[in-house]
Amino acid sequence: MNDDAKNAGQAGTSFEARLAAARTRQGLDPKPLDISKGDTKGPSPMSVGLRVGVELLSALIVGASLGYWLDRWLHTSPMLLSLFVLLGGAGGIANVWRLLGPKPPAH
Amino acid sequence: MAAEGSIDALGQFQLETSLGALGASVHFTQSNLMMLIAAGLILGLLYFGMRPKAIVPGRLQALAELAYDGVHGMCVDQIGHEGKKFFPFIFTLFTFILLGNLLGLLPFSFTYTSHIAVTFALALTVIVLVTVVALSIHGLHFFSYFFPAGAPKLLAPLIIPVEIISYLSRPVSLSIRLFANMVAGHVMFEVFASFIVMMAAAGSFGMLGAVGPLALNVVLVGFELLVAFLQAYVFSILTCIYLHDAVHLH
Repeated sequence: MNDDAKNAGQAGTSFEARLAAARTRQGLDPKPLDISKGDTKGPSPMSVGLRVGVELLSALIVGASLGYWLDRWLHTSPMLLSLFVLLGGAGGIANVWRLLGPKPPAH
Repeated sequence: MAAEGSIDALGQFQLETSLGALGASVHFTQSNLMMLIAAGLILGLLYFGMRPKAIVPGRLQALAELAYDGVHGMCVDQIGHEGKKFFPFIFTLFTFILLGNLLGLLPFSFTYTSHIAVTFALALTVIVLVTVVALSIHGLHFFSYFFPAGAPKLLAPLIIPVEIISYLSRPVSLSIRLFANMVAGHVMFEVFASFIVMMAAAGSFGMLGAVGPLALNVVLVGFELLVAFLQAYVFSILTCIYLHDAVHLH
């Protein structure tokens, strides 16, 4: 009580902060996210890890098979395969970034 | 099953013809049979569940309404108002995958979602639909998707192939995720079940030890139930997200 009365005279920001803290204490607000990983609502580290693995692997598969078929088509045997494996790896990284990186602001 | 020191964990995914000679003549496999059963169960649930048309639903009606409402909410939340158009597709996809995963947990049954041919066909349907929707809404403007606005023009030769590969990797990752989850779960079942048989064969002391893998398998059944729901959910929500991208094209 005494503490509250002492703080009451302070600026509005302090009140906002204390209100937010009280709301969090009462469970009225969702808990603030401790890691800045976008919306980490729910998924466990295990499932995130699995998803990242699948994204990396599938992009690599697509890149490698694309390079392989282009090579067979254009008779440029190892050149396009080696290029597209690298591009596939980059595509995998792009997928993971899209999955875990900062989200673009909604419009 | 567990022949002398070897565990045949992948034999359970072997396709065999079902329905006797008639099935054999048209190569109707047990996988196809399970698909038909799943489709029948879904239609049956919706038909018999919704027939009472009660204001206070019974169990079956509550289940049907829950499924309908859940998927409908997912469509509208993820895609937006236009999501209602895609609701029948998402609902079919979700229930078909869910029933496949769940039916596969029954003994003597077969998990059709454990075959990459099936999951990849589903994922291919999704990605073709997404591309067609994007093309029909945005026309040629769709191709700007492969080059994010504001990126330096100099990097175009690098960004465009990477973005195209990233786009093409969607069906692959979608199908591998579902297929790998189902296969991994069923292989674990098989391995631990083989442990039970092997230990039980090793005398009365091993019989006692067989309780371990048995308990593990019981826990695994619960876990696989969760995975069955989760993977069906993940597949359909990712479809929704892709459709959102197709409709809104950022």
